[in-house]
Amino acid sequence: MSSPVQGAVGPTTGQSNAGVNPAAAPTRRGTELLLLGFAAIVVSAALMLVEANQEQQLTFRIFWYGLAFLGLFGIAHVAVRRFAPYADPLILPCVALLNGLGLVMIYRIDLAMTEVALRAGKQINNDVPRQILWTTVALGLFLAVLVVVKDHRTLTKYHYTFGLVGLVLLALPALLPSAIAPTINGAKIWLKVGPFSLQPGEFSKILLLVFFAAFLVAKRDLFMAAGRRVLGIDLPRARDLGPVVFAWACSLGVLVFQKDLGTSLLFFGTILVMLYVATERGIWVGLGLTLFVGGAVVAYKLFTHVQQRVANWFDPLATYAQAGGGYQIAQALFGLGTGGVGGTGLGAGRPELVPLANTDFIAAAIGEELGFIGLAALLMVYTVLALRGMRSALAVRDTFGKLLGGGLSFLLIMQVFVVVGGVTKLIPMTGITAPFLSYGGSSLLANYVLVAILLRISDAARRPQTGSRPRPVPQAPIAEAHTVMVERPT
Amino acid sequence: MNTPLRRVGLAMLGMIILLLANATYIQIIKADDYRNDPRNKRVLLEEYARERGKIVTPDKNNQVKVLATVQQTNDRLRYLRVYNEAPMYAPVTGFYSVRYGAGGLERAEDEILNGSDDRLFVRRLSDLITGRDPRGGNIQLTINPAAQAAAYNAMDKAGFAGSVVALNPKTGEILTMVSTPSYDPNTLSAHDTEAQAAAWKTYNDDKRKPMLNRAISETYAPGSTFKLVIGAAALTDGKNKDTQLTSTDKLVVGGSELRNYNRGYCNGTPDGVTMEVALSLSCNTSFAQLAGDLGSQKVTDQAAKFGIGEDDLTVPMPVEQSCLGPSSSCLNVPDKAALMQSGIGQRDVRLTPLQNAQIVATIANGGERMKPQLVRSILAPDLSEISGFDADSLGRAMSRDSASQLRDMMVTSESKTGGDGKRDGLTIASKTGTAETGNDPKNTPPFAWYVAFAPADNPKIAVAVVVESKDVAATGGKLSAAIGRATMTAYLDGGG
Repeated sequence: MSSPVQGAVGPTTGQSNAGVNPAAAPTRRGTELLLLGFAAIVVSAALMLVEANQEQQLTFRIFWYGLAFLGLFGIAHVAVRRFAPYADPLILPCVALLNGLGLVMIYRIDLAMTEVALRAGKQINNDVPRQILWTTVALGLFLAVLVVVKDHRTLTKYHYTFGLVGLVLLALPALLPSAIAPTINGAKIWLKVGPFSLQPGEFSKILLLVFFAAFLVAKRDLFMAAGRRVLGIDLPRARDLGPVVFAWACSLGVLVFQKDLGTSLLFFGTILVMLYVATERGIWVGLGLTLFVGGAVVAYKLFTHVQQRVANWFDPLATYAQAGGGYQIAQALFGLGTGGVGGTGLGAGRPELVPLANTDFIAAAIGEELGFIGLAALLMVYTVLALRGMRSALAVRDTFGKLLGGGLSFLLIMQVFVVVGGVTKLIPMTGITAPFLSYGGSSLLANYVLVAILLRISDAARRPQTGSRPRPVPQAPIAEAHTVMVERPT
Repeated sequence: MNTPLRRVGLAMLGMIILLLANATYIQIIKADDYRNDPRNKRVLLEEYARERGKIVTPDKNNQVKVLATVQQTNDRLRYLRVYNEAPMYAPVTGFYSVRYGAGGLERAEDEILNGSDDRLFVRRLSDLITGRDPRGGNIQLTINPAAQAAAYNAMDKAGFAGSVVALNPKTGEILTMVSTPSYDPNTLSAHDTEAQAAAWKTYNDDKRKPMLNRAISETYAPGSTFKLVIGAAALTDGKNKDTQLTSTDKLVVGGSELRNYNRGYCNGTPDGVTMEVALSLSCNTSFAQLAGDLGSQKVTDQAAKFGIGEDDLTVPMPVEQSCLGPSSSCLNVPDKAALMQSGIGQRDVRLTPLQNAQIVATIANGGERMKPQLVRSILAPDLSEISGFDADSLGRAMSRDSASQLRDMMVTSESKTGGDGKRDGLTIASKTGTAETGNDPKNTPPFAWYVAFAPADNPKIAVAVVVESKDVAATGGKLSAAIGRATMTAYLDGGG
């Protein structure tokens, strides 16, 4: 694609909705509502199984919970209907299903932890009320993003601001004293404000992504220019390496100062992919991977905690008894193995034996109780969610939207890959949350913002195009090409 | 820009496929390894979360005496296994430990006790529907508490290492199963894993092997008690209790001398003795010669009919194989010298106390051998009976007539045996044995045996006692007879 940069970020006069015939393109909001209802039924059934297996009383209140869940996402649905009527109909139901199953799982682990605490004669605070609160807040934020960002292209106007704020948020926990930014589970990525703790890094991921998308679109031609040709490969010019080196440095900074392997990996991988999409040159991926491998080797040589992670990855059973050893991953594997193909049944397993079962290791809890089948189904929901995002990126007409949509979709899958891969011993465990599933406010809020932006982009992609440009956009895929005649505004 | 986006989309699919492939590997291919890893507590916790069944035995008033039960706890294992009169019943119940698994009956009947046995399935289903916690089934034993207590207390008070096994000769019910020194399974089922480990180490480091169930897992040279087997073979061969046997003071067997216990002639005469006298005086030369004359075929046939060589007997704990020959050829006596030495229960002959008890029980039962059984019935969690007791005949070892002749000889033998515990009006049929052990038998304390049944005319209990004595001069009569008699009278008094 080679449409001029100005075309993407320039005046939007041609994109106004004046004169659209609503019947011309189906909004598919009915499908969305139907699927949301389906998600509500699945989540209610899951809750019912947990209650039955945990010997709680089966009462009619599950029905009310299901209805409340449907009501909450009904509001989101109405907001989408009002503010992004052409948005993809699958994205919100996927999110609702993941979020709902996450809540059920967190509740289920709460029950187990309460039992453990009771036996030890202690009291613990349940996580699920807080997660419900966070879900409500996140849906509010989701709504706010849909209302405020009427057109995703307006985001480009503030991209330097986003970049700066993102960077500050990323660096904040490392710079602040431990009183405000405590080290939790070995990572210094938290901010504690009163009773709330936040992971600013979750938000900076999205802010930096927006910045990079806009930046790359603006400077795209620069990266396209070839530098020297070595062994048949067009090397980029040295001075154009700036962004990739910057991203690399940021990732390394996160790794070294905050000991947060997961965020570092996510950050770097996503920016690399965006660079590739923007320039259409695989050399960036090669270069980035080289830098990553180099950085990883150096980090391995320098830091004992990285060495420990790798040792735990190779054989968690061998380092089982060591301090900081493979105990956690081994427990996750025991859980997954005990679950087998069909799982122990929701509420009938022992997911509480895995430390951090309701955050980083929630995939192990699901694999134990719902088995391989449940885990695979979960991964499929993520895949559908991300591919719908990717589809919107393909269909949207502006380069910024493409880049941002592609980046956000990839970020989603990358998170799933890093955390599920870590839990199932595919890659070293790096400790990030599973989007929408895990307990944790920051992750939930950030991922809802991500989805709001994706919905906004998909709305732009499917909205019937009208305006001054009569020629059909050449890069629109056949599936998304509208067969209706577009009327010239009068 | 769409081409690279599509490629990224494909890469995303690739990542998900990698995750799926890896999950397949972990959850399907390697699942069993992980599930059964000893460090995976899930399976055990699942088992512990169930209320394990009780092990009980009927009291003399037909009340239930509880040997093993559970107590609710506040820790996450929920139930603590508790044993009553633990060391006395440890060889019967076995142990149940979070860390070391189960042993003895706890292991042999684990599926009933933990509730996973198919016979409990209907009840499990109803538990599921009614929402009650699933519970294990209960085991009722054949043990007679009076006889068990008499035998254990006698062994324990004297500080003997050894075993007492008593059977009901008519049914094969195991009335007594004592092994000393014993251990306390409560220390192994404690939920404090440190305490468990300490107890486990103490018991396993103890040279006296307190966790060894000598009744069924240890074999001893039977010494003169084996003359009963030779006697049975001779009677089956057409001889009778008046058949004349040699009374010589020594036989040269395979280059070494075989002498009588008193080192002189049997019954003080070189002119030969009847089998009855030879048995009652336990003359070695007479029975060594008799075994040699019968030939190895008749001896091994008779031994096999008594159950020697059987390697698949379970009561339901597996019973160690008793053998005539070396372990490589269990029922094979290599030559005549070995046969003659075997005839007096030496050389390679090794019997478990349970096997020796089976031999006397078979004689007491008129020659028909009954399968020894420890479990009287299996009860559902609600105490309804799932399966009851069926006496199980393992075939005839000798004719009724031979058995009664052998019994008469044993009554004579009892009259010549010393030791405490004799009672007026109770006729006991018995045989003692003092088995030499070790490479230097004259200076190694022997195994002192006493096998008997009573009353002789209507046998209700057959008993085998073995004591690993510490005294070089010990004999079966001195050490073991009193314990055997105490066990039998306790049973007969208890209304068994």
